[in-house]
Amino acid sequence: MKLTLKIWRQKNKSDKGGFETYQLNNVDTHASFLEMMDVLNEQLIEENKIPVAFDHDCREGICGACSMVINGRPHGPLKGTTTCQLHMRHFNDGETVTIEPFRANAFPVLKDLVVDRTSFERIQQAGGYVSIGTGSAPEANNIPVNKNDSDKAFDAAACIGCGACVAACKNGSAMLFVGAKVSQYALLPQGHPERNERVLNMVAVMDEEGFGGCTNTGACEAECPKEISVANIMRLNREYISAKFAVEKE
Amino acid sequence: MALDSKIPSGPLGEKWSQYKSSVKLVNPANKKKIDIIVIGTGLAGASAAASLGELGYKVKAFCFQDSARRAHSIAAQGGINAAKNYRNDGDSVYRLFYDTIKGGDYRSREGNVHRLAEVSVNIIDQCVAQGVPFAREYSGLLDNRSFGGVQVSRTFYARGQTGQQLLLGAYSALNRQVKEKAVDLFTRHEMVEVVIENGKARGVIVRDLITGEIQRHAAHAVVLATGGYGNVFFLSTNAMGCNTTAIWKAHKKGAFFGNPCFTQIHPTCIPVHGEYQSKLTLMSESLRNDGRVWVSKSKGDKRKPQDIPEEERDYYLERKYPSFGNLVPRDIASRAAKEACDDGRGVGETGMAVYLDFADAIKKYGQNVISERYGNLFEMYEKITGEDPYKTPMMIYPAVHYTMGGLWVDYNLMTNVPGMYATGECNFSDHGANRLGASALMQGLADGYFVLPYTIGDYLSGEILTGKIKTESAAFDEAEKNVRAVIDKLMNVKGTKSVDFYHRKLGKVMWDKCGMARNAKGLTDAIEEIKKIKTEFWSDVKIPGTANELNPELEKAIRVADFIELGELMCRDALHREESCGGHFRSEFQTPDGEALRNDDKFAYVGAWEYKGENQPQELHKEVLVFESVHLTQRSYK
Repeated sequence: MKLTLKIWRQKNKSDKGGFETYQLNNVDTHASFLEMMDVLNEQLIEENKIPVAFDHDCREGICGACSMVINGRPHGPLKGTTTCQLHMRHFNDGETVTIEPFRANAFPVLKDLVVDRTSFERIQQAGGYVSIGTGSAPEANNIPVNKNDSDKAFDAAACIGCGACVAACKNGSAMLFVGAKVSQYALLPQGHPERNERVLNMVAVMDEEGFGGCTNTGACEAECPKEISVANIMRLNREYISAKFAVEKE
Repeated sequence: MALDSKIPSGPLGEKWSQYKSSVKLVNPANKKKIDIIVIGTGLAGASAAASLGELGYKVKAFCFQDSARRAHSIAAQGGINAAKNYRNDGDSVYRLFYDTIKGGDYRSREGNVHRLAEVSVNIIDQCVAQGVPFAREYSGLLDNRSFGGVQVSRTFYARGQTGQQLLLGAYSALNRQVKEKAVDLFTRHEMVEVVIENGKARGVIVRDLITGEIQRHAAHAVVLATGGYGNVFFLSTNAMGCNTTAIWKAHKKGAFFGNPCFTQIHPTCIPVHGEYQSKLTLMSESLRNDGRVWVSKSKGDKRKPQDIPEEERDYYLERKYPSFGNLVPRDIASRAAKEACDDGRGVGETGMAVYLDFADAIKKYGQNVISERYGNLFEMYEKITGEDPYKTPMMIYPAVHYTMGGLWVDYNLMTNVPGMYATGECNFSDHGANRLGASALMQGLADGYFVLPYTIGDYLSGEILTGKIKTESAAFDEAEKNVRAVIDKLMNVKGTKSVDFYHRKLGKVMWDKCGMARNAKGLTDAIEEIKKIKTEFWSDVKIPGTANELNPELEKAIRVADFIELGELMCRDALHREESCGGHFRSEFQTPDGEALRNDDKFAYVGAWEYKGENQPQELHKEVLVFESVHLTQRSYK
């Protein structure tokens, strides 16, 4: 099939950037979206042009590196699918496809479609862990964990940290990302001793990094490639409020 | 040079505990004065960086990804082995040790493997305490499943995303140390050279992938935890960025490369579909617990799978290996698939695939149970192929997945270069000629959490008086000069073909001649072909842009230049090893019924190759494998 690609090109962080249009003939419908981008880049190299920079690594939908906005939607039109798992059979011959980087206050563009998501790292470093040193763990089966809670914790922990939730949100909010991590630990007994400091610290850094607040639109859940539920945002709010009260009491 | 594995003396089961009680320690006040560099933040790297930080060392960790969490351990699906014996099915540390040695076709070290089996139980405890949401039973206790090559259920799992959950656990431990300022984390930084001063590893040169800046970092020890080199085949299940550069640079600076030709071809991957294909996707081996592998009994059968009646199907694994059936080890399952396809009985458009069928399991347990076990894998399959595996059998074919070879290390996980360590997939140590399923995660975390933090003290206790290592030195000048020269040379070729062009070309030679079956003629030809590719690459590669910016083509070029050299060494190693063992199948050496035929008299050793200079053949050193506890037999899964 033939495609017209409208792609955001931006040399570096300080460049203003803009759209460029490219024609691609002979796209195989079985190719993945990123393989289509590879073909485009091969063509650009052939034409002595600079290939389009984009983040990608595992191409199995799990590393969370790929991060494009395709036709206005983070990771494209398919529900529960990362860009790397999106295949060209979902596009039409002759279609114009618009490709942009994730856009958010807290995700500055580094080049073309590559954005800086280290704000996510700083949130995780603020409290996304259980303070257990290597070697000090008790026998694994000493603490039974209700299967339902454990499954829910897994569902939250399935977040791949891609940032689609932020890119989808009109406020550029990271509440789904933070909610997922806070929920994982809130649902497991291992996370309980530090639950108050964890949520307060992570939310504080989230605010510092310039992510917006949540206004319950639900775009994050709709666009999340791992279909992380907004219930995790509710749990985040509950954890936050109860932590605030607990800290006040102390 | 004699290779000393430094395996402690004493009975097998007591070696590690005795070692731990007698190893030299570094006292807490001195640890603050010791710098350690860790390259790579996958399971082996993140767990090591976190644990070393907790101990009080000053750690710098580097990864080329934009986040430590994206290292390729994240993609491991099936599970992690541990000798917990929660199932009461007869498992034990010894059995896990024995299965691993046997699975590796008797080409790994007893001492290392027994230690791995011993610490496996601690890993599960550690991960559960970190909040890793493993699968559980209704009792609230941990669930297990079985995996290829063994007859017990010892695999812990988190749906089909075990690697993700374990890595996020290690990543969380790493983040905690970053917050504590015990670890300094550098993302989007790639190691491009190692610095050796007076025979000791003293630091690295890294390239900032955003700005192109070349940086110097010094330390008292350098830990390489950079994963496997399967991307030498271009198409593999590895992530696009997985590469050999760190260990190859280490090799060129003196570290021996152990068993480079030992490559694992994983039996259950989605088949190749076109010229544009950039990578292959694995379908977890755990699928073989419930899926049945088959092809038609007749050649060139183009009927749809549902139109082929039961009696005309050949469930060839169940037929050939009745006691292990679909759960034979990976090398055997892969070769059997290749045989069926070479025999003209392959399925699908290309004839290079076999069926993995869940119809019976769905009938027996219901779709809900199957979806609970493998839901995400089925979804992934459907996304890629457009076919629903609940309704029609999956099509699978073997693909390059894991490299058992890697830098030669001793019991301390130290290479022959003092102060330079290799952990996880990038060392050669634990899996012999074939790795069993769910053992990669076990080894990565064992090395990082429970082995290296002990063994590294043995060396570092001798470094407490060294003082801060300076980056202003002749050794650093020289290393940086080399890096700049390589980059300048690459940028100035200004040829006509892209980096991928050469990478694909190399990959094809490797797959055709150093893949699932190898022979002397093919390997000899491959060595010549690779030499030609090397010359062409350095005279005609085209890298757009500049070196002082984010330039993915330059990143790839640096990696591919090293893959080309490694490819040649792999072929040399495969050529010299005149036997078949595990994943290394020389077609000249097989039993009458087509199984791998080992030659223990001549080849029960680790082939460790020493770099001898540009365009010179490497020199082979042998570490003879001593088996005290295990009796070497012909592996049988029949």
